[in-house]
Amino acid sequence: MSELREDFREILQLVTPGARVLDVGCGGGELLELLTRERNVDGQGLEISAQGVAACLARGLAVVQGDADRDLDNFPTRAFDVAILSKTLQQMRDPRRVLSELLRVADHAVVSLPNFGHWRVRWALLAHGRMPETRALPDPWWSTPNIHLCTLKDFMVLCDDLDLEVEICRALSEGQKPRRIDPRRPIENWRAETALFLLRRKA
Amino acid sequence: MRNLTSASPEIETRGDTWRFPMDQPLTLDSGGSLAPLEIGYRTYGTLNADKSNAVLVCHALTGDQYLASTHPVTGKPGWWTRVVGPGLPLDPGRHFIICTNVIGGCMGSSGPASTNPVSGEVYGLTFPVITIADMVRAQAMLVEALGIETLFAVVGCSMGGMQVLQWAADFPERMFSAICIAAAARHSAQNIAFHEVGRAAIMADPDWRGGAYEAAGVRPEKGLAVARMAAHITYLSEAALQRKFGRELQRDGLSWGFDTDFQVESYLRHQGASFVDRFDANSYLYITRALDYFDLAASHDGVLAEAFVRARHVRFCVLSFSSDWLYSTAESRDIVRALNAAGCRASFVEIETDKGHDAIFLDEPALDSALRGFLAAAAEKRGLS
Repeated sequence: MSELREDFREILQLVTPGARVLDVGCGGGELLELLTRERNVDGQGLEISAQGVAACLARGLAVVQGDADRDLDNFPTRAFDVAILSKTLQQMRDPRRVLSELLRVADHAVVSLPNFGHWRVRWALLAHGRMPETRALPDPWWSTPNIHLCTLKDFMVLCDDLDLEVEICRALSEGQKPRRIDPRRPIENWRAETALFLLRRKA
Repeated sequence: MRNLTSASPEIETRGDTWRFPMDQPLTLDSGGSLAPLEIGYRTYGTLNADKSNAVLVCHALTGDQYLASTHPVTGKPGWWTRVVGPGLPLDPGRHFIICTNVIGGCMGSSGPASTNPVSGEVYGLTFPVITIADMVRAQAMLVEALGIETLFAVVGCSMGGMQVLQWAADFPERMFSAICIAAAARHSAQNIAFHEVGRAAIMADPDWRGGAYEAAGVRPEKGLAVARMAAHITYLSEAALQRKFGRELQRDGLSWGFDTDFQVESYLRHQGASFVDRFDANSYLYITRALDYFDLAASHDGVLAEAFVRARHVRFCVLSFSSDWLYSTAESRDIVRALNAAGCRASFVEIETDKGHDAIFLDEPALDSALRGFLAAAAEKRGLS
């Protein structure tokens, strides 16, 4: 089972049947198709690449070509039950705004991101003095799409700042079973390679 | 009324002119009504047993019902043979494709060149001013007359795309899906301005005779040609014009006069000259006016989304071309934003091309694949094989 599929499987568990779902950065629509098939969701994709949009259309998915940084404001408030942003937040120009927008257009957000506090990352920087290239972050600094990396702890600070509550957090590490974790425990900031969150606005 | 002609060697097409009786007038936005109503139309393909495969294609400003068969006046192939045909996204083997000449037009539908049954004379400027909603209402009458309750898809580009939006606003219960290509939800000041240039050119032609040129046995061909030339520039992008013509000359050296020195001049003059053979000047006035009056939000309390609230069951596909400055991507995005706000299921793709608005009619594989994907998925949902 590839890591991508594992990610999808976890997301699948967090989405209730029949939900209205917005998949931000939906690519070719693989996840949306899975959610439609397995959870009978009413899905909508947002994707920047023309190839991705064409693939979604061919799958019969509703997809809007656009940029999460700019086009989320096209969607009305609470138009969706769940907004999904899989491993893309760190690629946004304005992640704080995007996260806030996700929880404007939807009641819940499913967000996954690589943890820059993972021990492999820390070790790579400490031992080699170079920008880390790890399993979760394979690209060299000059070509990585990840322009706003953060640690688990950083993300918790942002969530607090935006008044967001973590309902569920799971640590995903390659070759290991997903674990439900408390993202505020310092040890998890060392151990979690990728973290998947189910977020909602504090009441 | 429905006679069979084989205008194209490949695609069987039917249709002629549907004449509604006097007691079935077309109600007009301007307050009056039009009777008898005549609609020129063509159909391609066969309506299936449960009447679920009908597609209405709405044409652009100077288009007509000959979308996939030889034009009776010019002898040229249909205007959308790239999209409509065997194995193409709209396939007469699977779909029953209807295309009507808009009212106000000059290819068989009631328009300023038709004869007023009361006076026995050509309408000319006594023809009522019509709107996009009037055109759509007439189409709905024909669709009903053909015995079709729900259209599988309403498809249109440019002015046709505006009709698609109007359909979604006025007759959402009679459609399953909608494809709106290179259109806008309203005419901008710039759109109106270009149309006014065209109308001014027609009206400045001494042969226009206040619109009564038919009775005088003349036609304002010079004015209509200039109108077409001006409009044609808006259909092309600067890059496309540059690529096609640049500053290339017709002959070696300059003429040091006002002959057609540049190839782009010759091209435009040709566009103007060939247009007058197939189009009526008064029709051009009426249809451009209908476009200028189009503002779908204005007729829904200024909120575009309000136009679509009854269309939540309709599957929408909105397409734009990156280099189209007549109806730009921003206009399409406004439509998509309103559809989202109304809670409609919408897809949107901006097709990368340097061909401008004209890309609708040109070889644009990304357009084909978007149409194909969307229609195939809609067909599956609709239970069409």
